[in-house]
Amino acid sequence: MTAEVEPRTLLVHLIREKLSSTGTHIGCDTSSCGACTLLIDGKSAKSCTILAVQVNGKEITTVEGLLTADGLHPIQEGFKENHALHCGFCTPGMMMRAVELLGKNPNPSEDEIRWGISGNLCRCTGYNNIVKAIKYASAKMRGAELPSTEPEFV
Amino acid sequence: MGHSIKRKEDDRFIQGKGNYVDDIKLDGMLHMDIVRSPYAYAKIKSIDASKALEIPGVVAVVTGKDLEQYNLHWMPTLMSDTQMVLPTDTVMYQSQEVAAVIATDRYIARDGKEAVKVEYEPMKPLMNPHKAMDADAPVLRTDKEGKKDNHIWHWEVGDKAKTDKVFNEAEVTVEETMHIPRIHVASIETCGCVADYKKVNNHLTMYMTTQAPHAVRTVLALVAGHVGLTEEKIRVISPDIGGGFGGKVPVYPGYVIAIAVSFLTGVPIKWVEDRSENLQADSFARDYHIKAEIAATKEGKIQATRFKVLADHGYTDASANPSKFPTGMFSIGTGSYDYDTAYMEADAVYTNKPPGGVAYRCSFRVTEAVHAIETVVDTLALKIGKDPAQLRFENFIKKDQFPWKSPTGWEYDSGDYKAGLEMAMKAIDYDGLRKEQVEKRKKGELMGIGISTFTEIVGAGPSKDFDILGIKMFDSAEIRVHPTGKAIARFGTKSQGQGHETTYAQIIAEELGIPAENIQVEEGDTDTAPYGLGTYASRSTPTAGAAAAMAARKLKDKAKKIAAYLLEVSEDDLEWEPGKFSVKGAPEKSKTIQEIVFAAYTDHPQGMEAGFEATHYYDPPNLTFPSGAYICVADIDPDTFEIKVRRFVAIDDCGNIINPMIVQGQVHGGLTQGIAPAMYEELLYDDDGNILNGTLMDYLVPTAVESPSWETGHTITPSPHHPIGAKGVGESPTVGAPPAIANAICDALKPYGITHLDIPITPFKIFKTLQEKGLLDTDLKM
Repeated sequence: MTAEVEPRTLLVHLIREKLSSTGTHIGCDTSSCGACTLLIDGKSAKSCTILAVQVNGKEITTVEGLLTADGLHPIQEGFKENHALHCGFCTPGMMMRAVELLGKNPNPSEDEIRWGISGNLCRCTGYNNIVKAIKYASAKMRGAELPSTEPEFV
Repeated sequence: MGHSIKRKEDDRFIQGKGNYVDDIKLDGMLHMDIVRSPYAYAKIKSIDASKALEIPGVVAVVTGKDLEQYNLHWMPTLMSDTQMVLPTDTVMYQSQEVAAVIATDRYIARDGKEAVKVEYEPMKPLMNPHKAMDADAPVLRTDKEGKKDNHIWHWEVGDKAKTDKVFNEAEVTVEETMHIPRIHVASIETCGCVADYKKVNNHLTMYMTTQAPHAVRTVLALVAGHVGLTEEKIRVISPDIGGGFGGKVPVYPGYVIAIAVSFLTGVPIKWVEDRSENLQADSFARDYHIKAEIAATKEGKIQATRFKVLADHGYTDASANPSKFPTGMFSIGTGSYDYDTAYMEADAVYTNKPPGGVAYRCSFRVTEAVHAIETVVDTLALKIGKDPAQLRFENFIKKDQFPWKSPTGWEYDSGDYKAGLEMAMKAIDYDGLRKEQVEKRKKGELMGIGISTFTEIVGAGPSKDFDILGIKMFDSAEIRVHPTGKAIARFGTKSQGQGHETTYAQIIAEELGIPAENIQVEEGDTDTAPYGLGTYASRSTPTAGAAAAMAARKLKDKAKKIAAYLLEVSEDDLEWEPGKFSVKGAPEKSKTIQEIVFAAYTDHPQGMEAGFEATHYYDPPNLTFPSGAYICVADIDPDTFEIKVRRFVAIDDCGNIINPMIVQGQVHGGLTQGIAPAMYEELLYDDDGNILNGTLMDYLVPTAVESPSWETGHTITPSPHHPIGAKGVGESPTVGAPPAIANAICDALKPYGITHLDIPITPFKIFKTLQEKGLLDTDLKM
């Protein structure tokens, strides 16, 4: 895709406003919340603190790019099946971060998942089910047996 | 009912196809940014916009003087106080709106904002609410004619004389003084709007992040009716909302400015605040200074409670409070315990802080009340040397005492507090933990176990006590079933993540037998949905959920008539099973709901109205009273005071459960917004009124690392007065978790003799308290 931008234009604004891909969200102005997380050449990055010109010639993947010809990406399926989203606002950034995490560590422990997504804030879910969703996606991507998606009660 | 079906709304969210307010783009739309005050209290000497207006793309700069020409520079708050939209002469808190810049793009609007020169004459702000109450304190609200102090209101409930008598004669009394800190909901989506006024037909469409679109439409008509924007000319659309938690109930000045500018220019205006503006200027929550006391027998039987509150409302009382009581539901603070004497009083005061408050995932002031009672119950247990669980068991209202009349006037609908606490204790192995604690204390290790057994009060509310600006707090549902048996249902509430599209469909499915996947749920558009008061105070299931069931039952009555006609039998000869009516004793003679609905359009009985639609407005006969028993285990490092929540078990009772998966999700989220104020969050100001943590870099919203792995369960005590026996759940965990955590931490610190610490309890606060009390060298071995 080609677009002309001012030198000061942030990547997230290029994507949301010029390219009209509004799946990537803005939740803060200090790179703290991670709602704007996307992949630059496969590495997760917070697009609210990157200038659009810095990614000239690079491959950007946003949430809109997760869907495959076969349907939902395993991380999308994991989030839906495990109730890992409420309002949906942090979800795209959270999933993009998880995609990179699983790329580097295909079978992460709960602790590794929690630290791995600690740059992304969710105010609704309390994270339990996000951890579950990432474990589910991990199993699916490895071809392992899928964990139960039923809620567990004491 | 009771099925964990996956959410209908998720497909769009996981594919990035949600439609939030900042995703809306209209032809010719201009962007607004807001100049804000760097001072907490100052006279505005001048505003010079000339440099801003020279910037190509800056279209206009709007000030209070501009709005004054149209009498739009002030607006009413939901508590019938008044609030500046833009100031004409004085700013009352840091980050208050001072002027608005309109430009062709958001970057240029920001450039314009930087270029507006405002000359201030700073004054010394009043930041301490206790000092603001002093007789000689300078009066802040000089805009109010004849106002001679900073006092806003006084409220009281209960029997003062009787309570004082019980306290005077009591064998044991305990008290704690506490501050429930000023915090911020910090939903991940900030607030914003697109105001789209069309001159050609004198019509405003307002896309905005609101939890209560209908109420907002009415408020807007009250504010702007005099310039011709009457209620039928206003359409409020609340698109997908990225979290609300009460912060999206108020009408903020930015919305009104955007409407005013769109009205004057005829161009759509977008305003979306950034995170710092959101934290620094939007409504806070809590900020209650409480003295809580219990009178009891020496065995620990509670006889009376007495609470005194000072409420810091900032510059104006802009509470998003659905009740006629200025303290909302604070009077639930008598708790889950059986006694008949209580007195509570509260005074509210103006300071130079941002106005509020909002609920922060709480049914308005319930969190403060529950924190007070659950803190001081533990203080009583410590004082008489009784296990805090045992003390609670001995004081609980018993299952057969419901409906139970509280000493502050509520009628608790149902509950089984004993069962909840027993379940929590078993799940966490309470006895084993206490044994472990004894061993740890011998070695000088700091381990604490904290309990909270709370009663919530939600579902605002019965029209006798609950209204917003006079509009009663009913809610509504409209169901239209199409000829092919598929339905659309519309509601006056508005989900911000609660999953209404799924749970409402499940309620209707349960009642009518139409599969939930064939029921489309819509909310948030005032042109299409029936009037309702919105989603907050855990009221959606208790009110709109009830309305859904009642509307469905109207349809079922009609279905029965049609079935009788089609089957040529009397209605009395029919029996219902989910999805069909059949003839008693001849089950092969039946009509499915789909066949019946089709007949309603194609072959309806003579004299019967055609079609298959119903609407219901539900005015609840009582509030609902969910409850919970929470137990937290915390370990504290004796050198660094780092606090680790090792386990947290939450047993909730929200009555009948529609979707266990969604209820559990609500509990997880609510618990995380419980640990947040207990250990991390507090809006801090210095004496000059500067906010010290006004960004997400220093206002600590818990991440996945701070949040424990929550363990949850439930008991089920249906609400006897709710059509489907449900009670509401979204806020219970936020209400119940902070005292369980604080009690666990204070229990861990028992070797130091500490009985109470104000939340948020941080390692530094522990260190500082111990240092100030000279306790750092305490021998921890017990």
